[in-house]
Amino acid sequence: MYAIKTENLTKKFKEKVAVNTLNLTVNEGELYALLGVNGAGKSTTIKMLSCLTAPTEGDALLLGSSIVKDREAVKQIINVSPQETAVAEKLSVRENLELIARIYGSDKRTARLRADEIIEKFDMQEIAGSRAKTLSGGWQRRLSIAMALITEPKILFLDEPTLGLDVLARRELWSVIENLKGKITIILTTHYLEEAESLSDRIGIMAKGRVKAEGTAQELKSLADTDNFEEAFIRIAGEGIL
Amino acid sequence: MRTLAFASRNTKEIMRDLMTLLFGLGFPLVLMTLLSAINASIPKEAAEATTLFKIQNLAPGISVFGLSFIALFSAMLISKDRTTSFVLRLFTSPLRASEFILGYTLPLLPMSIAQTLICYAAALIFGLEFNANILLAVVVNLPIAIVFISVGFIAGTLLNEKAVGGVCGALLTNLSAWFSNIWFDTALVGGWFESLANALPFAHAVNAARYAVLGSFSEIMPELLPVIVYAVALLAAAIAVFSVKINSKH
Repeated sequence: MYAIKTENLTKKFKEKVAVNTLNLTVNEGELYALLGVNGAGKSTTIKMLSCLTAPTEGDALLLGSSIVKDREAVKQIINVSPQETAVAEKLSVRENLELIARIYGSDKRTARLRADEIIEKFDMQEIAGSRAKTLSGGWQRRLSIAMALITEPKILFLDEPTLGLDVLARRELWSVIENLKGKITIILTTHYLEEAESLSDRIGIMAKGRVKAEGTAQELKSLADTDNFEEAFIRIAGEGIL
Repeated sequence: MRTLAFASRNTKEIMRDLMTLLFGLGFPLVLMTLLSAINASIPKEAAEATTLFKIQNLAPGISVFGLSFIALFSAMLISKDRTTSFVLRLFTSPLRASEFILGYTLPLLPMSIAQTLICYAAALIFGLEFNANILLAVVVNLPIAIVFISVGFIAGTLLNEKAVGGVCGALLTNLSAWFSNIWFDTALVGGWFESLANALPFAHAVNAARYAVLGSFSEIMPELLPVIVYAVALLAAAIAVFSVKINSKH
């Protein structure tokens, strides 16, 4: 079964078409990166798939549940790490994790156990009692992803997970994301091309609300007739070679 | 369960903001002290002619007026959440609009009760006679607390942090001051002013609290009923506005 299958997914803002009859399939356990310049439609696509905004036309099935008709079911199987760090600043790391677990239905005891597990998995033992606002940007982002994972989602949306982080913090998060590969389906949006190239199983390059090309990084480079992924991206997103 | 978890988070947010907490709980205390001091300075003949500033009238009035600041807190809480991506995370969660509103309301109700209790405790120091009616007056304040909390939600859902300060901090507190019979009797102004005061819930809430303190039980419900209607309608409106926001088409 496809983890995600969009069917002519469209979003219009008055006359502007942000996402245009998008037909996309993502396999279970796959890490699929959506690339594109600003305004290409990546974030709007993520917002529709995560039930933050309703499509104007079309639909998408997430493990068989419709984002139009079965929003409640979709919300139970997804989680999101939004573009900016999304943590409750006055709560501690542990409190943030337990809060999200409980909002998704865990009782207090289970939430505590899950928080223990994820704190260990993300090496956050030393900061578990610290308030989120006192953490560095890298640790906040790590917490943000941990909060998305504590609910054991089947599909995880990572919207620009490393935006604004320094190189070391970015590499640390890459290793966190790499550890998730194959276990859950991940949709990643990023402006960092090397991030998409390094982490993704497949990449979709969006421009003007459509996927212009998709495939592995190697396939896209072959398609654009270049050895350089950045060059391939520019040729595909910029020229619209297909 | 989900609602309680979210309410617990909001309680922590409020309790860990010391300035808000001190201001919210201490505001009626400051007002009570100042006005009691002013009342004590008024010449005896004038003080006897003015019943509004007698402690049994003043305390219920200030207890209601103090609650208007709860609207500011609820609006700030929600508008602050809206400016962060944290709320996006919550919008993608299974939390429903009604659970959001309840989760925000539950921590604010105990805060409202605490504020009212502090107000009456201060009034005891300034000469209010202690009896069980005071506890009834605390309960009678709950519908107007829900009115203020709901108005705060609607403002916090629709407006940004800056505008929220204007609407809830200035406009609402002024409305509740002018049209509440706390500081002057609106019947003395008469005309449209009195009609508007009667159409709004503030004066009714103050009257109900005063009757509760005085022990005029049969007169409480006729005054409290319009406040309850406002509370139910505004809470429903807050849920509706929040639902629209969650299910935004844009």
